[in-house]
Amino acid sequence: MSHTHTPSNTSIDALPATPVSRRRFLSLSGGVAAGTALSAPFVQAQPAKIKVGMMLPATGTFASLGTAITNGFRMAVAERGGKLGSREIEYFAVDDESNPAKAPENTNRLVQRDKVDVLVGTVHSGVALGMAKIAKETGTLLLIPNAGADDITGPMCSPNIFRTSFSNWQPVHPLGKVMAERGHKTAVWISWKYAAGDESGRSFKEGFEKTGGKVVKELGLPFPNVEFQPLLAEIAAIKPDAVACFFAGAGAAKFISDYAAAGLKDKIPLYGSGFLTDGVLQAVQPQAQGLMTTLHYADSLPSKRDQEFRLAYAKQFKMQPDVYAVQGYDTGLLLAQAMDSVKGDFGNKAALIKAMEGVKIDSPRGAWTMSKEHNPTQDIYLRKVEGEQNKFVSVAWKALADPGRGCRMA
Amino acid sequence: MDHLAPILIQVLNGLQYGLLLFLVASGLTLIFGIMGVINLAHGSFYMIGAYFAWSLASYFGNLLTAIVVGIVLSVLLGLALERLLIRHFYGRDHLYQVLLTYGLILIFEQLRSLIWGDEVQGVKVPELFNHSIALTDTLSYPVYRLVISAACVAIALGLHWLIRHTRLGMMIRAGAHNREMTEAMGINVRMLFAVVFSLGVALAALAGMLAAPVSSVYPNMGSQVLIICFVVVVIGGIGSVKGALVGALLIGLADTFGQVYLPQLAGMVVYLLMAAVLVFRPEGLFRKT
Repeated sequence: MSHTHTPSNTSIDALPATPVSRRRFLSLSGGVAAGTALSAPFVQAQPAKIKVGMMLPATGTFASLGTAITNGFRMAVAERGGKLGSREIEYFAVDDESNPAKAPENTNRLVQRDKVDVLVGTVHSGVALGMAKIAKETGTLLLIPNAGADDITGPMCSPNIFRTSFSNWQPVHPLGKVMAERGHKTAVWISWKYAAGDESGRSFKEGFEKTGGKVVKELGLPFPNVEFQPLLAEIAAIKPDAVACFFAGAGAAKFISDYAAAGLKDKIPLYGSGFLTDGVLQAVQPQAQGLMTTLHYADSLPSKRDQEFRLAYAKQFKMQPDVYAVQGYDTGLLLAQAMDSVKGDFGNKAALIKAMEGVKIDSPRGAWTMSKEHNPTQDIYLRKVEGEQNKFVSVAWKALADPGRGCRMA
Repeated sequence: MDHLAPILIQVLNGLQYGLLLFLVASGLTLIFGIMGVINLAHGSFYMIGAYFAWSLASYFGNLLTAIVVGIVLSVLLGLALERLLIRHFYGRDHLYQVLLTYGLILIFEQLRSLIWGDEVQGVKVPELFNHSIALTDTLSYPVYRLVISAACVAIALGLHWLIRHTRLGMMIRAGAHNREMTEAMGINVRMLFAVVFSLGVALAALAGMLAAPVSSVYPNMGSQVLIICFVVVVIGGIGSVKGALVGALLIGLADTFGQVYLPQLAGMVVYLLMAAVLVFRPEGLFRKT
């Protein structure tokens, strides 16, 4: 989109012809003076609002994830009286359409045009990489409530970039161990061909082959294509012990449904990272029963903190929270806790960053800390679909930290 | 024998995809071949069909009724568009048609956003067809996909009959070859073009309606189909419905086998095929109908 400049057409000739009487001029200027005098004390008393720019998907296959993250973030802020470190918040929002090509333009809308203090976003890893690049260049504080691109806490890591969700490497890594323990020796991996899919695939392969398993084929299709039929036929031809996958959002629901329609559900067990079943169970409940996944959150965690959070969220938004809502919530917690430690002094960037690095978040998912590369070090849970929930089964891996390969910071 | 089954199944997948592509591409090639109009908005009609299917199916509770009503609505849409916009661009430079229809794409996207929203939607497969046939001991094939293929074959036969064996078809072919002479013979070519355009719109929309349960309904679904359809029309020969069929089946098979056996090339296989055909036959495989 290009900006059109309308040529200025004011010239001395364009001024109104009606004469301005002296009386009128004096009364007008008197009014202006009185107005500024009255408003001055109010302007001085309020510290500047913190500008929070939310860049999330409002359209497309990840739209519901964007909504959940926003809900969680706002809930965390509302719990603290709507202020961060006693400062009010002004929200700006941009729909990133999960389109990496438009990422620089959309990010600059928030950073250059709206001049936000904090940038929050996004879901799609490709878009987040674009945001991270601009954040690195401008020094804007960037909090990532979902996008798991390994590079963000790897080669692209930066003091002003923090993630409150996961790295693509993390949630799927224990899956290999889980599948090996259940006796599966060969597996086919299937996912979309983009950053999140490829990195999950590499992590799964690493984890599975460490236990002695073998990934016999890796299948992929372009994002966000959902025409799975040829690949499902290929899986049936290969006949592996099990299938592991990464899909999220509407595409995940379609995959579960197509996998069952192809008659594979009872013949070749399907596993995945938890994104396969998070937020989609209402649509594909019958076909998803019994699916086992690994993720840093589950629907029936034996934790009082989580139960309180779930009740409050359901009451406010009339739907059950999912991992995306928790990530949004934790982003709000992170910012709030850091602002409290610096007592609202947002200008002191160094102190704010140090506060965020040392943070311990009492999250509904369980307590987690920030790794050196600014990624959560957290427990990964094994879950099983029962009814419309991803029921907690066991802890698949305690305090798993992303290796942060390639990050040269701290 | 065990090696043959997977390949046959992929052939089935490729043909099914190709037949659906043919439905969309036939409309595109008719509009270009007979009316001389490049219609970039053709993908939007596919998307509009899918959204019709979703909203009407929710309203009537039944996909088949939704499709019938949707076809009527699409024909009306086609007639309105032709009368208000398209007819002013006959005989004009193709660039003007490109600009007009590109503008239509943008307008349709915004209208879609306003009327139906931006979420991804699913359409339920009709209960009658909602089961699978076991093809091998591991793989079952959804019956609904077979139904789609059967519908496409029926429509292909219907189009062939219409164009080759009816007076209307004869008039259409005449109008495409020589408009002035046809008009001089007393045939209302204007009405003919309106019919052809509406037919093209209805075909694309019908494809969208049939495909909605298997491909989901989402913004931008039209642009993906449009590009592939242009490839089909270029390979098949502009204006040739037979060419659109052959081209679509070739593309369907190439894309399916490419996905499975050459994953590194991914979406490129289709374009490589187009390049190969153009090297040997620049006008496409078949002449105008």
